Amino acid sequence: MEYSYIILLLPMLMFITLGLCGHKMSHRTAGLLGTSGLFIITILSYIVAAQYFMQPRVDGIYPTVTPYHFEWLRFTEWLHIDLGIMLDPISVMMLVVITTVSSMVHLYSLGYMHGEVGFQRYYAFLSLFTFSMLGLVVATNIFQMYIFWELVGVSSYLLIGFYYTRQSAVAASKKAFIVTRFADLGFLLGILLLSYYTKTFDFATLTSGDVSLVGTTEGKTFLGISVASWAMALVFMGGAGKSAMFPLHIWLPDAMEGPTPVSALIHAATMVVAGVFLVARLFPVYVTTPEVLTFITVIGAVTALYAAVVACVQTDIKRVLAFSTISQIAFMMVALGVTTEMNGHGALGYMASMFHLFTHAMFKALLFLGAGAIIHAVHSNEMSEMGGLRKYMPITHITFLIACLAIAGIPPFSGFFSKDEILAAAFEKSAFWGVWMSLVAGLTAFYMFRLYFNIFWGKEAHHEHTPHEAPKTMSIPLVFLALVTCFAGFIPFGHFVTASGLSYTIHLNWTVAATSICIAVVAIALATWLYMKPNDKPARMAESLSSLHRWAYHRFYIDEVYMFVTHKIIFRYISTPIAWFDRHVVDGTMNLMATLTQSASYHIRGLQSGRLQSYAVVFLLGAMIIAAIVLYCI
Amino acid sequence: MNFLSLFVLIPLLMMAGLALSRNMKQIRTVAVIGSSLQLVFAFIVLFMFLGERAAGNTAEMLFVADTVWYAPLGIHYTVGVDGVSVAMLLLSAIVVFAGVFASWKIDPLPKEFFLWLILLSIGVFGFFISINLFTMFMYYEIALIPMYLLIGVWGSGNKTYSAMKLTLMLMGGSALLLIGILGIYFHSSADGNLTMNILEIAKNNAIPHEMQYYLFPLTFVGFGVLGAMFPFHTWSPDGHASAPTAVSMLHAGVLMKLGGYGCFRVAMYLMPWATTELSWIFLILTGISVVYGAFSACVQTDLKYINAYSSVSHCGLVLFALLMWNTTAMTGAVLQMLSHGLMTALFFALIGMIYGRTHTRDIREMGGLMKIMPFLSVAYVIAGLASLGLPGLSGFVAEMTVFVGSFQWDDTFRRVFTIVACTSIVITAVYILRVVGKLLYGKVQNEHHRELTDAAWFERLSAITLIVGVAAIGMAPGWISNLISDSMSVISERILQYI
Repeated sequence: MEYSYIILLLPMLMFITLGLCGHKMSHRTAGLLGTSGLFIITILSYIVAAQYFMQPRVDGIYPTVTPYHFEWLRFTEWLHIDLGIMLDPISVMMLVVITTVSSMVHLYSLGYMHGEVGFQRYYAFLSLFTFSMLGLVVATNIFQMYIFWELVGVSSYLLIGFYYTRQSAVAASKKAFIVTRFADLGFLLGILLLSYYTKTFDFATLTSGDVSLVGTTEGKTFLGISVASWAMALVFMGGAGKSAMFPLHIWLPDAMEGPTPVSALIHAATMVVAGVFLVARLFPVYVTTPEVLTFITVIGAVTALYAAVVACVQTDIKRVLAFSTISQIAFMMVALGVTTEMNGHGALGYMASMFHLFTHAMFKALLFLGAGAIIHAVHSNEMSEMGGLRKYMPITHITFLIACLAIAGIPPFSGFFSKDEILAAAFEKSAFWGVWMSLVAGLTAFYMFRLYFNIFWGKEAHHEHTPHEAPKTMSIPLVFLALVTCFAGFIPFGHFVTASGLSYTIHLNWTVAATSICIAVVAIALATWLYMKPNDKPARMAESLSSLHRWAYHRFYIDEVYMFVTHKIIFRYISTPIAWFDRHVVDGTMNLMATLTQSASYHIRGLQSGRLQSYAVVFLLGAMIIAAIVLYCI
Repeated sequence: MNFLSLFVLIPLLMMAGLALSRNMKQIRTVAVIGSSLQLVFAFIVLFMFLGERAAGNTAEMLFVADTVWYAPLGIHYTVGVDGVSVAMLLLSAIVVFAGVFASWKIDPLPKEFFLWLILLSIGVFGFFISINLFTMFMYYEIALIPMYLLIGVWGSGNKTYSAMKLTLMLMGGSALLLIGILGIYFHSSADGNLTMNILEIAKNNAIPHEMQYYLFPLTFVGFGVLGAMFPFHTWSPDGHASAPTAVSMLHAGVLMKLGGYGCFRVAMYLMPWATTELSWIFLILTGISVVYGAFSACVQTDLKYINAYSSVSHCGLVLFALLMWNTTAMTGAVLQMLSHGLMTALFFALIGMIYGRTHTRDIREMGGLMKIMPFLSVAYVIAGLASLGLPGLSGFVAEMTVFVGSFQWDDTFRRVFTIVACTSIVITAVYILRVVGKLLYGKVQNEHHRELTDAAWFERLSAITLIVGVAAIGMAPGWISNLISDSMSVISERILQYI
């Protein structure tokens, strides 16, 4: 653990090196430099994780270790931003997830981005992202998290807009940044409120129970809701923005404009789960504000259903995956939301959420990388351009299938175990959420297999070149992630990460598991019936449900609502009038004063004519007036 | 004569050198040597200051020197520095240094241009080392007058109008200021020993409350005009749009800071009672400035107007933070001055360089510059990211210090305005990304632009100097924040006594 700082330092150095000198390097050098650096920190993270989980437990829990920290900026006597590294079960787990996926993506990109203009820049940004993401998860305090939170935001912005000559990519990157910025405003206000009352930014202090947010804000309410709830809800708003929760999800589907490996790394496996991680990190505080947890559950459940429905009708494979990501992250949020206590039965959701985060990162990265390989082969994102690819791309086909089975929740793949725990936790809270989430799980299986059959089976599209299997650099990560997906479910996750830190043995709740397997199997069967062989059933179904289909295809017009608000209201009815007001009223007043002065002097100027006669007249008149005043008034 | 006066002496020697030089090469040599000396000297003063402080010298102002100038009117030439002025001197030296390189190819009349530019810098440096109302005011005026000629002669567009407007409005401000300063002078002491020395006035603390009531608004607005306080900011868009590159840099980068600096050094420090009584009015005005400027910037199409309005927003935050009184917010205000100074100078330098190539500043007529001028474009993106408060660059540090400081008040009035000010982080992102997206990304709009060249070495040097400054504050803010807050706490505690 004493080498943990290298895990942060190396990607940063890599970013600086590639950023400053990248353009002088060959593509090969830059790519190998970036990738080898990432493999080094991946190994270091595994060592750190091994050391961390090997150490003896104290009172049954793994102690939190802070190997490094220093004061970076002091605000007041008690508020100061520290930078440091904090290792506890969830941050160590995140280290492993991030470095694993990131190194796979680095390796994969060697093949995928081969020969692209700006290859070095791409690797520089990937390093920047990895650095920021790692800094985020090991943050010792909420402000450090906010700092790295913003940095991942900007790396995401830079990577989405990687093809900066493409208008749609520029627009998507801008949208992603501004929407998450808006959410971060909430996060910032949340931090300010939280720190004002608790007098600290430190996670250790906040979560230890020594200071209680609810205690210090006792009796303070705003709009009928307690200040403690406001603070935690605002903090959650930041998380909802990054994790693309409804209604702040609109940036994620557009973010697919970025290169596909980037989508795999940032918009599927790591950055988008930052919101879940944030809630988990502050969970001991969230537990004290149950109404916020309910709020999180509702938001999560709505998002999960919404995204699953939309995913069923999209035709762009990356968009299907994007909505599936939104839906799966919402599962994790719901799992956190239904957790009611730190220990005992009610605490299951926390572990389930983290477990799902872990497994999802692996199989979703696999799905995206597989999609990348497919796009690489057929040069299109549209399902209609695919079909029958199983013959040409066997490795991609098998690994993609494994990931689909995992996400659909079929044992023994990893997704089954984690999703089962989430459903069990939801049922633990109430049957309503349990049934709701089970239905969404069914939808998940359906749209994933719709995707699978449309790509690998179904009608074969006409291809200009015969599609070919991806090069080694791309297929090795696929195989590796597929292996992880096959076996990750058997990790005794409850042994490492739980809400209280105490070891917990996962035992499957067979009632829940059996139901969810049944639902998944039915959904897969339905998808098979509809999409495996070319037929007109899907078209007829879309026809009969035409309005629902149209609404879902257009993502229920949420984007249009946003466009209306930003373009019409903010630009046309706020900014433009303000700019006009400034030019014409404020500046107009100044100009008016100048004009008045000028015209006044123009008129007065006549008095200084230099003509003796007029001076004499004025003099005489003046003298007479004064004389008159003197004579009559005094 | 104290060594601080070298800040004024070096430029004077530069002016003499410029007057004697006969060709472009000599002019450049003199300007580069002079501004480098200035920069080195600013660092020396910084280290001397830190050394003294480390040695335990806790006097409010260090290196104080006082010379009688005109005894019958009690006019003294008094200099001295505290942490804030040291930081501001450093900022000025960096911006002047970068400005010299940004006007490497100034045409016509290079000699005269540099003469006026250096005279302007004398005013700026002199202002920051002064601790006497008279010298302060004098230097303030010295800094203002050259603007008129610099814009009027070397400017572009509607330059006569802009030069006139800028000068008249700022002169109007200084007229208010003059009354304020005289008022302070005549009430500076209870026992008839009138003085213009700020330290003595503060020590005497003799200005009666009812006088403070009038003098505070006079001085605050007087300086506030230069700090682009709403509704006295309209000189800024026109003035910046017409000014030549180096003048915009110096003006937005340093001169506007004189406003904020004067506000706390004179208005707030000398009249703490009135500060606590009247701040609410100005808090409203500056709170409006912050979002108003940002919203206005969203729909502008001229690059310089965008930055001028963005300056209104950022400088509004400076005054806003000062009016929060506590040490944290006031430190944030100075950090924001530094950050805004460096980053706006960078913006204006880059805009000047882009304009020099494309001959347009209208973002609708440009596009895809990233492909054509990668260096300038990347620098522009960095400036933009600093402006929208990306961690690791100076804007973040400044804004966060301001917000955390302002949030330490829990009355509804200040809370509401703090939250309003916080929303600027989103609006700033909107207008910055809009410009970056239109100007640098996308397809090349004008085929003629394809033949343009990227930055020359002197332009690179100018931009890199400023980027280093922005990044240095952003990455390691601790030392400069401590330097400022040590000195700011004196002023802040003085005000907080009265609530």
